[in-house]
This record gives sequence, structure tokens and C-alpha cells, in this order.
Amino acid sequence: MTRKTIKVDYLARVEGEGALHVTLRDGAVRDVELRIFEPPRFFEAFLRGRAFGEAPDITARICGICPVAYQMSAVHAMEDAFGVTVDAPLRALRRLLYCGEWIESHGLHIYLLHAPDFLGYESAIAMAREHQAEVERGLQLKKVGNEIVQLIGGREIHPINVRVGGFYRTPARRELAPLAERLKWARDAALETVRWVAGFDFPDCERDYELVALRHPGEYPFNEGRLASNKGLDIAVGDYEATFEERHVAHSTALQSAIRGRGAYLVGPLARYSLNFDRLSPLAQEAARAAGLGETCANPYKSIVVRAVETLYACDEALRLIEGYREPERAAMRVEPRAGSGCACTEAPRGILYHRYRLDEEGTITEAKIVPPTSQNQSSIEDDLRAFLPGWLSMEEEALRWRCEQTIRNYDPCISCSCHFLKLEVERG
Amino acid sequence: VASAPVIVIGVGNPLRADDAAGVLAVRQLRPRAGVEIREQSGEATALLEALRGRTTALVVDAAAGAEPGRLHRIDAAARPLPQGLFGVSSHGFGVAEGIELARALGALPAACVVYAVEGACFDTGAPMSEAVARALPVLAEDIAKEIEIFSNREARHA
Repeated sequence: MTRKTIKVDYLARVEGEGALHVTLRDGAVRDVELRIFEPPRFFEAFLRGRAFGEAPDITARICGICPVAYQMSAVHAMEDAFGVTVDAPLRALRRLLYCGEWIESHGLHIYLLHAPDFLGYESAIAMAREHQAEVERGLQLKKVGNEIVQLIGGREIHPINVRVGGFYRTPARRELAPLAERLKWARDAALETVRWVAGFDFPDCERDYELVALRHPGEYPFNEGRLASNKGLDIAVGDYEATFEERHVAHSTALQSAIRGRGAYLVGPLARYSLNFDRLSPLAQEAARAAGLGETCANPYKSIVVRAVETLYACDEALRLIEGYREPERAAMRVEPRAGSGCACTEAPRGILYHRYRLDEEGTITEAKIVPPTSQNQSSIEDDLRAFLPGWLSMEEEALRWRCEQTIRNYDPCISCSCHFLKLEVERG
Repeated sequence: VASAPVIVIGVGNPLRADDAAGVLAVRQLRPRAGVEIREQSGEATALLEALRGRTTALVVDAAAGAEPGRLHRIDAAARPLPQGLFGVSSHGFGVAEGIELARALGALPAACVVYAVEGACFDTGAPMSEAVARALPVLAEDIAKEIEIFSNREARHA
């Protein structure tokens, strides 16, 4: 019996600390473990005893890349608990803020973290020396996302202007005008991005995933909708915990999620796109078709193309929102705390982010539960490697290790978020 | 708004013990015309954007090291930063990556100096170690002297 391991001791170009350990025995894949060793961060525990209004700002600190997602899931969960519905202009501003985060997060991942894999560079810096124009385009695109978050959220990282019921301050129409000019450039740059990444070589790998995303009657989803899948799931967000479960596995400090009775599922760009193609703007649909994407996509390597399409959509949608913006009569709805519980799912760049809070009559948090996208995707990442690795075993060690890392980076995993991520170890035997 | 030709960037997280050194050092500097002082978390793309269009940049950061409080002055314009010296931020993209990305894109200021102070403890909420606290005034003075030299050079070219 021969035994071999592939090890990546510290995954590069991912957020947080993780490793991959693969064991091969007699030429077959025996075991795949995505080892997450970033220490647990105990956010759910230290939210207990805090006021409901603190949740958006505390949970925003979980992630420097997707703080808006944490703020949005937190405020919607609180509003669910207190029976608050925000005015249409406030809701539109929340979508605009989310557009900013998607542009920023997708821009970073496409250009600096994922593209080097397809073009054969070990890092964005090495890639930048030979692809200056593309890297500059990516950086400027990301910057436009930052500018949206800065204007609506009050600052670029860990925004401070979001509150339960709305915002602390809402912008005047004239403040949004310069942003619209920047977004027109960004929309063109995003279209160029779709064309650029569509020209990459993609491994011919598809899987029959259960794709889970929000589905809204009229919109490509950010903040609201029912939870739907391509395998018949159609539930209210309130049924999340009855449908999904979290499991502890020994090799990870992040819990792994599964659909009760069915197992692994996938959240994020591929799922959102495949369930909501009809909700994309005509420009985004046209760009996706021209890039060779069908109305659904089951090749995880093509997630970079889907991210580019979503970036284009976010620019398009942000422009639409700015054009239709009416200054809200009030910056926030009146919020009266009451005892009870509330939950929400919103679409973080990496997929659905679930928050649930239990509150006492004064609005003090007595229990909090947060399920980030990366912990939901952990099983699917391992399953991708189990499914695809047998076809790669003739590869040289270095190329194989790279391919494994690339497979993980398809997910833009945020290990810091999930610890509530990577070294690769492949054991061949 | 035209940006100041000289920028001094204190990098770090003031809530993580010795990681506060860069930020606390630049807080000790006096305001001066033509010099912008900024605090950053160490995220590479933000650092890159701050470096663009400057003639001179001083970047101050804590670094992992065996001798807490030991100071380093690295001429980043002349050569790449040693790998693994600085802590990394989001997605492994930190100070060294920001500076190297700037160099690759032709955006690195003609004069770019990195001051590093070796730190012992980077734990969240922990106090700064004594050796690093003692080194701070010396570090601030070194930076002030360097700013003086660069500012005078700017003035002569102006």
C-alpha cells in the first residue's frame, strides 16, 4: 500500500488562517480536510447582554471585507423582532450601500486574489508587473466601491452610519451626483472585467450542487427574499434553523453547515446567479451571455466570471438607485424594543449570512446566533476537492498543490468570518 | 485637493499591544506644512492609494522580532522589504505587499523609508510591552529628523 499526503500549511490569498490536508492511498483520494485553525472569536457570546442597537457595530467588526453584510443582517434581524419596516428610500439606500460592498469585495477577489491563479502568477504583485493596466483597473473599481461605502456608511471600513431602523444621517441628492459619475466609469470597467476574465482557461469541472440563495419577487437579492434552492427548497428565513444545521468537526474551529437530511450545499455568487439570472439587469444578462455563461453555472472555477457579472450588476443597480433616489423624510424609523426574537438573511458577497437574536423587553440581547457564508461552504469546498482530485493525480506536486489552492480560492473563503481557514497537506499512499 | 508631497503613515492596531507602535509614534509628530500624517490599519490597497502622487513617504510599523524595541530604518525605494517582517492584514495583504504593489505599478514615491520597531506582543487588548514603549520617543525623534531633511529638500526644489 502506498500512502501520500499533499500539504498546504498556510493558504495564501485567503482571509484568515487555514490549511489543507489531503490523504491519497493506492492512488485514490482517501481524505480531504480543510483545516481551520484560526482561533474561535466568541462574537455570539459577547453579544449577550449588549443593547440591540449595538449589534450592527459589534458584528461589523467580524470582517474588514464584508462589514456591511454583518450590519445589514443585524439590523434586519432586529427589525424582524420589533416589527419595524423601513421606508422605501431607506431601503434603497441600504441596497446602494450593499452595492458598494459587492464592488469592493468582488473587485479585490477578482483582480488581486483569484486572477493570478488563472494567469500563472504566484501573487498579484508578480501579476501587476506584467499586467499593470488590468491591476490598475481593478484597484480603481474597488475604490469606487469604497467610495459608496464611505458616503453612505460614513467610512470605508467598519461603517458607522447604519442603525436599527435606518441610518444616523442620510445623504442629500446632490451628494450622490459625483458618485454617479464615478459609477459610470466603474460600469464600463466592470464590463471590461467580464470580458477579461471570460478569456481565462477554466478546468472542465462541474458538480451537481444544491445551490442556496435568497430569491426576491422583483430584485437580484441583497437584503430580502425567501431562501430557495435548485432542488426545491423554498422557505421563509424564519425556517432557516429548522432546515439547516451546524456540525462541529474536529479539524476546524468553524462549524460546518448542512441541509438537514441532505448534506452539503453551496452559497455565494454561483448560487445567487443560477437562481436569479432573470433578476439581473439587461446589461448584466447580456454581458454574461457574451462571456459564454448559461443562465445557470455549476463550474466553481467560473465563479470569477460570475463575480465580474455581479460587479457589473452592482454598478448598474447603484446607478439606478442614485437616479431614483428621493431624500428620506427621516433618517431612521422609530424603534420600540420588545421581548422576542428576530432573524434575517442577507446576501454577503460570499453568500447568505444568517443572524438570529433573542431579546428581552428592554431590547437587551440574551442570545445571538450568526452563520457566515464560509462555514456554510466548507463542506462543498472539501467535496469539490474529493470530486476533482482523482483527475489531477498525474500532476506534478507543485502544480497539484496550486490547483488545490485555486479550488479553495474559487470560494473567496473568509476564514476570519467563519471562526468562527489554509495550510495544504496531501498525504499520498 | 492636491495631496501633500510628503506623507507619514503610522500603521497598526492601537488595541493590539505592540502593534500600536506605528500609530502612537506618528501621533507624537508636530503638524508641518507640506506633510500629511495618516494612520492606517496596514491593508495593502489603502497603503498603495496613500502612496500615490507623493515624492516622499515614511511608513512606520511594528514588526515581529526577537529584540523588542529594536529599531530598523529600511530604504524601501532602494530594495524590496524583507518578507515576513510585517504582520499581514486582510487576505495576507499587508504593508510589504502594499509597497511592492506600488513598486510594480510605478506608484512608489522616489523616497520611501520604512521604520520598523520590533515587537513582542500582538495580543488583542494587551498593554504595550515596556521595551517598545521605551523605544517610542526615540522612534518619533528619528522620524521627525527625517521629515525635517525631506521637507528642506522639498523646499529647495520648490
